[in-house]
Amino acid sequence: MTYIIGLLSVVFLALAIMIVNKSIALSKGIQGKEDSDSPVDGANNSNAVGFLVFMVVGSIAAAWSFFHSKPDFLPVAASEHGLKTDQMFWISMGVITFAFFVTNVVLFVFAFRYRYKKDNVATFYPVNHKLELIWTVIPAIVMAVLVFTGLRVWRDITAQAPENSVVIEVTGHQFGWYVRYAGNDDAKLGNNNFKLIDDTNSIGIDFADENSFDDFTATEIHIPKGVPVLLKIKAQDVLHSVYLPYQRVKMDAVPGMPTKFWFVANKSTEEMRAELGKNDFNYKLNCTEICGRGHFGMAITVFVDEPEDYKAWCLQQKPFLAQNPDYLAKVPEKLKAKAQKYIPAEAPAEADSTQAAAPEAAVTMAQ
Amino acid sequence: MATATLHAHDVHEHEHEHHELGFVRKYIFSEDHKTIAKQYLITGIIWAFFGGALSIIFRLQLGFPDLNLDWLKPVLGQWIVEGKLEKEFYLALVTMHGTIMVFFVLTAGLSGTFSNFLIPLQIGARDMASGFLNMLSYWFFFLSSVIMFCSLFLETGPASGGWVIYPPLSALPQAMPGSGLGMTMWLTSMTFFIVSSLMGGINYISTVINLRTRGMSFTKMPLTIWAFFLTAVLGLLSFPVLLSAALLLIFDRSFGTSFYLSEIYIGGEALPNVGGSAILYQHLFWFLGHPEVYIVLLPALGITSEVIATNARKPIFGYRAMIGSMMGITVLAFIVWAHHMFVTGMNPFLGSVFMLLTLIIAVPSAVKSFNYITTLWKGNIIFTPAMLFSIGLVSLFISGGVTGIILGNSALDINLHDTYFVVAHFHLVMGAASFFGLMAGVYHWFPKMFGKMMNPTLGYIHFWATFVGVYCVFFPMHYIGIAGFPRRYYSFTALANNAAESFVDMNMFISIAAILTFSSQIVFVINFFGSMFKGKTAPQNPWNSTTLEWTTPVVPGHGNWEGEIPAVYRWPYDYSKPGSAVDFIPQNVPFSATPESNLPEENEEIANEKEIESLLDSQNAVYNI
Ligand code: HEM
Ligand SMILES: [Cu+2]
Ligand SMILES: [Cu+2]
Repeated sequence: MTYIIGLLSVVFLALAIMIVNKSIALSKGIQGKEDSDSPVDGANNSNAVGFLVFMVVGSIAAAWSFFHSKPDFLPVAASEHGLKTDQMFWISMGVITFAFFVTNVVLFVFAFRYRYKKDNVATFYPVNHKLELIWTVIPAIVMAVLVFTGLRVWRDITAQAPENSVVIEVTGHQFGWYVRYAGNDDAKLGNNNFKLIDDTNSIGIDFADENSFDDFTATEIHIPKGVPVLLKIKAQDVLHSVYLPYQRVKMDAVPGMPTKFWFVANKSTEEMRAELGKNDFNYKLNCTEICGRGHFGMAITVFVDEPEDYKAWCLQQKPFLAQNPDYLAKVPEKLKAKAQKYIPAEAPAEADSTQAAAPEAAVTMAQ
Repeated sequence: MATATLHAHDVHEHEHEHHELGFVRKYIFSEDHKTIAKQYLITGIIWAFFGGALSIIFRLQLGFPDLNLDWLKPVLGQWIVEGKLEKEFYLALVTMHGTIMVFFVLTAGLSGTFSNFLIPLQIGARDMASGFLNMLSYWFFFLSSVIMFCSLFLETGPASGGWVIYPPLSALPQAMPGSGLGMTMWLTSMTFFIVSSLMGGINYISTVINLRTRGMSFTKMPLTIWAFFLTAVLGLLSFPVLLSAALLLIFDRSFGTSFYLSEIYIGGEALPNVGGSAILYQHLFWFLGHPEVYIVLLPALGITSEVIATNARKPIFGYRAMIGSMMGITVLAFIVWAHHMFVTGMNPFLGSVFMLLTLIIAVPSAVKSFNYITTLWKGNIIFTPAMLFSIGLVSLFISGGVTGIILGNSALDINLHDTYFVVAHFHLVMGAASFFGLMAGVYHWFPKMFGKMMNPTLGYIHFWATFVGVYCVFFPMHYIGIAGFPRRYYSFTALANNAAESFVDMNMFISIAAILTFSSQIVFVINFFGSMFKGKTAPQNPWNSTTLEWTTPVVPGHGNWEGEIPAVYRWPYDYSKPGSAVDFIPQNVPFSATPESNLPEENEEIANEKEIESLLDSQNAVYNI
């Protein structure tokens, strides 16, 4: 590596010296000549040809680099809305690539074709209202079509999440993500409050709210395939942004202003592994809003499970309260009895039986 | 109106360069618009090198993540840790690069230079409406530059929260070291910068409205002037909003208010602030931020219009449509800001509205591109370096503009927001295109600024290296964006599927291209400073152009014209007019002198010439108050 750099810098230095030398020579030479009264110098035709060459080589390079990079693009979206936006993306890409090539080609061809020639006179052509009308109206129509398809898709994506959505709370902080599930009993997230945050209760779960008792936290995200998932997104310190590239999901996390995004993942981790031929592949949730030194590494692993596997995973998780019985102290007197049920009996070995008592049916899931 | 008296003095005694002002008044605290323009230009060029160099340093990190950077230690000191760039310093570099490029290079360097230089010369005025305010404007900019520059050397580093400095990151020193003193200096510097642009803008607007020479109606103004005028309007209406955003941020940082802060737990403690909105800042910022894109771009487009018409030897196609599109852009620029905020949690309905408005603004932009292309059609094109850069601008404007159609679509922006796709988009359409406009302007008006010609061959080399280079740097960034690489990432190690590895080569290629492109700017610097001293003396009108600046002496003195200011009778684009023996008719040639080439409606205008001439006294009176 250092080699390549070294080599390059030597080559470049040599080039630079050459150019500097040449420029000094030129700037000396140029003062003397320039005899004819022609408005152009000998380079005019070369510059015109330059545009043609640029056009041809540039088009080849653009096409080649595209097909070269294509295998490394994000694979087909792994979410339902992502399929729609992907399709629209590639259609729009088609439209703009067409416009890009046509206009650039016309520009460069005109530049070449109408280069200065000695006895030519330019055509005095100041205006043509019809032409102008045409090229105002055509982009306007194309734009309108794109806008209206876009609006429809956007409306669907941002519509209310379906009733049966699995709710997952994702909280950004410097530099990581906290995840909380609504629990196996009531499928409702309890309140939380930034004032209640401490070293253990890192998202400030409020145990005065009985919905919190069964909430569990996790260090990785599991979501069921084929079921609407509603992410409730929060931030503790500065802005962050939830980005699930494979699912085409992105939403900022804003301190003091919960945001949300719902989607249906339609490819499990296993399926994506098979598709990519990589057994160790895992989805990630990355951060896309600058948040400090650890911004680039602020990721959490995401598993998209078949619904049964997801259910099984949920049932293995222990409520936060069960893992940290000390927080029983924060529960108001009248709810103590209810909360008590989550506290494992003295022997930790029995914890599992408490867990198993939770009714399965309460796991939120589409039928 | 001290300045006006000074000018009058000039006019009446016709003493050219006799009453020498002292060195300080002439070159440093000068009130002459031409000197101020040069001050802006040279400061802008210096900043461009700084901003570019910063991007090269972080491109080294992105392109060669394993490279040992210890050799940068003499320059960067503690920011190199164990041969690597400090992660926070990476963000500092990105932030400073963005700030410098957008504000100091392309706002001050471009608009400051050419609005100052060209407005009086092209509308036929002896100077700006207020030379004093103009001088202050530069020196506020200078002060702002010095503060920003000093912040680079702080122990805790300069501001590092991105050029948009979103709070709470920018409001809380405990969130990152750059949000301490560095951010304070950033805000101070930007406050002075805003003051400077407001003074500049007020001056440009009042000069264009009040000091046009006799006969120079709005519909006879060159498109450059239209562009500068509308740019100034944009700035005047939007910069104050940034100022208020910055002020509120200053309050939040230093006086315990909660405009932007709410429910924050950081560094092991819960902050007392509640009720603020971080999104409010983003609305205020982008209310300036989006117009800023056009503040940067419109002057470049204005310059291009002028250069393309002159060198294609044809009138600009659709003069009125060009003005109309610029006005459309100016108005629409104020109502599209929230397209930067589709995924901030803003009300989705607002998202739809802004998507609609955003795609509408694409129409006038498209019209402008088509009009440039048609201007080339059946021209007789002379490829001066300025012309090359202008054609390059049109190409970059198109290539970067088309992806705006994708990003303006909120549904598609979900995946692309804050990825390299955006970096590719705005560098092409705003960064590179405006930079090309700046270069076109320098090559075109250098003879008027310094009375010397620049070396064209070096200009060609500079153009081709930059044109090819810019495409090599920014085109591949689209791919990286489509592959889901977020921006402002120090490294891509945390992405799924080891994505970083698949683009190692591409990132290396981009970095090498960036280094080469950046280095080739040295050719320009040699040419620029070399020609200033050693260049061939310029003729009075080297490009056979029609506008008024070329009727001044080769090196215009204080007051610009030695005798009376010429009157204007015709539009600025009478190139290759049928019937005329020469291929250009300057604006100050009356129709009565060119019966052979007049169009029927122009013959009717001959009757107005008397009236135009009779305005001379009242015009002179302006400078005599
Ligand atoms: C030498 C040529 C340039 C190179 C190689 C370059 C490269 C880059 C790259 C790679 C980034 C993204 C860094 C990241 O997100 O981690 C960036 C950011 C940026 N660049 Fe440039 N750039 C160049 C010139 C310009 C110019 C002329 C402008 C003027 C508009 C500009 C404006 C910006 C802005 C506004 C940002 C965003 C900063 C932020 O994220 O806060 N750049 N540049
Ligand atoms: Cu982040
Ligand atoms: Cu915008």
